[in-house]
Amino acid sequence: MDMKVSKKKLGLKEKYQHMTRGLGWETTYQSMDDVFPFVKYEGIKIHDWEKWEDPFRLTMDAYWKYQAEKERKLYAIIDAYAQNNGHLSVTDARYINAVKLFLNGISPLEYMAHRGFAMTGRQFPGVGPRVACLMQSLDEIRHAQTQIHSISNYNKYYNGFHEYRHMLERVWYLSVPRSFFDDAVTAGPFEFMVAIGFSFEYVLTNLLFVPFVSGAAYNGDMGTMTFGFSAQSDEARHMTLGLEVIKFILEQDPDNLPIVQQWIDKWTWRGYRVLTLVGMMMDYMLPKRIMSWKEAWEVYFEENGGALFKDLARYGIRPPKWLDQIEQDKDHISHQAWATFYNYAAACNFHTWIPTDDELDWLSQKYPNSFDKYYRPRLEHWREEAKKGNRFYNKTLPMLCQTCQIPMIFTEPGDPTQICYREVDYKDNKYHFCSDGCKEIFEHEPEKYIQAWLPVHQIYQGNCFNEGVDPTAEGFDPLAAVLDYYHLNFGRDNLDFEGSEDQKNFDEWRGMATKNV
Amino acid sequence: MHIDLRTVSIKPQRQTFDHIARRIGPDKAASRYQEGTLDVQATHNFHYRPTWAPEHEIFDASRSAIKMADWYAFKDPRQFYYGAYTLARAKQQETAESNFDFVEGRGLADTLPAELRDTVLKLLLPLRHAAWGGNMNGAFITAYGYGTALTQPCLYHSMDQLGIAQYITRVGLLLGDDVEVLDEAKKHWMEDSAWQGLRRYVEDCFVLKDPLEVYVAQMVALDGLLYPLVYETIIDNVLASQGGTPIAMLTQFMTDWYAETRKWVDATVKTAAAESPENKAQLEKWITHWRDRAAAALMPVAQIALGAQADALTSELVGQFNARLAKAGVSL
Repeated sequence: MDMKVSKKKLGLKEKYQHMTRGLGWETTYQSMDDVFPFVKYEGIKIHDWEKWEDPFRLTMDAYWKYQAEKERKLYAIIDAYAQNNGHLSVTDARYINAVKLFLNGISPLEYMAHRGFAMTGRQFPGVGPRVACLMQSLDEIRHAQTQIHSISNYNKYYNGFHEYRHMLERVWYLSVPRSFFDDAVTAGPFEFMVAIGFSFEYVLTNLLFVPFVSGAAYNGDMGTMTFGFSAQSDEARHMTLGLEVIKFILEQDPDNLPIVQQWIDKWTWRGYRVLTLVGMMMDYMLPKRIMSWKEAWEVYFEENGGALFKDLARYGIRPPKWLDQIEQDKDHISHQAWATFYNYAAACNFHTWIPTDDELDWLSQKYPNSFDKYYRPRLEHWREEAKKGNRFYNKTLPMLCQTCQIPMIFTEPGDPTQICYREVDYKDNKYHFCSDGCKEIFEHEPEKYIQAWLPVHQIYQGNCFNEGVDPTAEGFDPLAAVLDYYHLNFGRDNLDFEGSEDQKNFDEWRGMATKNV
Repeated sequence: MHIDLRTVSIKPQRQTFDHIARRIGPDKAASRYQEGTLDVQATHNFHYRPTWAPEHEIFDASRSAIKMADWYAFKDPRQFYYGAYTLARAKQQETAESNFDFVEGRGLADTLPAELRDTVLKLLLPLRHAAWGGNMNGAFITAYGYGTALTQPCLYHSMDQLGIAQYITRVGLLLGDDVEVLDEAKKHWMEDSAWQGLRRYVEDCFVLKDPLEVYVAQMVALDGLLYPLVYETIIDNVLASQGGTPIAMLTQFMTDWYAETRKWVDATVKTAAAESPENKAQLEKWITHWRDRAAAALMPVAQIALGAQADALTSELVGQFNARLAKAGVSL
């Protein structure tokens, strides 16, 4: 048979370009403004979408092939972990509370990222960014589901996981991560990309995933560790996209710079506030510590982030605002947060406790400037009280910051003995803030932030009781009614770790697995 | 011999998450599809209204004229969560890869009669852009639809459409002399009168606001006529009988994909129509409208390969389409 000389072989880059580029077109039966209605209102100017450098160059067939291979391995490990009661090999049962925090606070954000990237994946007129966003949307539903699937096994044996979807929309502390993502998806497509694609996935992601995934690895939690490692190659793609977005927007028009800078300031601060939960987890919830929050901030933000912003300086970008405050805060926020959760342990779906002496010593050593002076005495006092049968449970509700929704627990920069309060009068109401950062973010978009569903306000307004509950009835117990509304099982999901059902069960089961009783 | 391997057995406290148990019962283990799908999307106490659409919540069922008491009544018969989806597609792409290898390795593209090769290029290549439109529409429903049971498979559909656009591109690069065939096909898509009806159809879908109407226009009407016409009728039957079997091999992904995907589409239509007489009436109105437009838009496309036969074969396909929808509870 006569074989024709094969055609000129295309390079990978060239081939990918043909596979994807040129698919879109300038619409004529409908105007481009109607087809892509949201790309102009934020004020970002894009002149040439073709200038977008595709960071992934991944065709769908290659995507399916690689990802399926990863899924096969991941689910094999999840199955084995479940079958072997892998949960009994974690360092101690306190660790499981870090997993609760993750499923309740983080996994739903993965799902929101999936929907958010579908929005930008529909709204950008350029083929390159659309495909990149949609692929990330697909990855994000992967992350949400692999997390749900691996943590599902913990839910079968331990409390605090069972109503994560219901609690996300109701429980006080979960409004912190949730409002963060609601804020991002209600912004325009460009702000979403700077908020999530750049600030969260690029600048702050190491401070979220490294602590949880390394925390899992350090504490014998193969299930959580495996989805983390499996997600890592996806994350690498997402980080590339985040950086590409910033450079693309800035290169398109000089007028974009001030808008982008304001978003970077806002979203670094918003993200940093959410990371308070991670800091607390690192310093208090991991029986086997990886590093302190302070060290993590220094490595992943000050060093890595510093290099990044040096690189971006040529576009006119300066480092985010309020870094001087963050610099001072790093000695404090994890301790302030843990104290808060210790206080409100009755209204929370994971357990808290006073660290052991070894752990207190570790904290003293990691935080020489602050721990012994401000935080250790308080923890020791609470421990003494608990020994006397007076475990402290705070029953009054805290004031929340209108922007980040964290209780007003943070201290004045430069004075760790004084709570930081800021306020703004807007349309006949007074709004309260935990910091200059949160206050300024509010002032930039007050009409947005006055809408916030603040859990404490909602309780006081009577919106957090189940239908049919009568708050005027005699003997009405508001806390109990709110916990019903949360679907929180009193005495099982909440209160101190010491004496909890999780603690008892874990000890008993581990005994069964390791001893011949 | 049966070996009884033993593991320490601990009685679980619960079988699954409470929101799943409320749907399937407390004593049942949930499937991965169920845990990864049911109630995953937020529904209550949203913090802010979208700055891009303040008249709606972030996720808002009132974006659609279709009303459901429970948006998780929709079920994907394929039970696709991400893992199941990628595994299914990875298997299909393996087949596609070996088909491409087979055709390329044996130089089968060069054995095609020149006229048939030209027909394929003319017919198939502009469909890259139609698939890209499908990708846009799937992304729209994923973004603005309500409930993970509906939005999740729409993202898979959207990415499948991108995959299909890329497979068509590969066919073009294999059959064409140069990458210029892609430019030429795009020119046809933009200017040639045979394609303007379809392009107008796709662009009109881009400005629809109701996610379920987009679903009807794309997944039900356009896919429902285009795939049977182009892949099942023209390529697998008509062209194959003229020596075009290698083309059928190169588009097997599309044929298999449609056979699988239509089951999900049927299930979706059936569930929405069975919900209420109002839904049924709305669906009938939409499907009739978009079916007629799709059939008209596809007629000149069919003529590229079928010439005078196009009319009869397209009417036949419309008849089959009506019968299919009747089974799903929609009378057209």
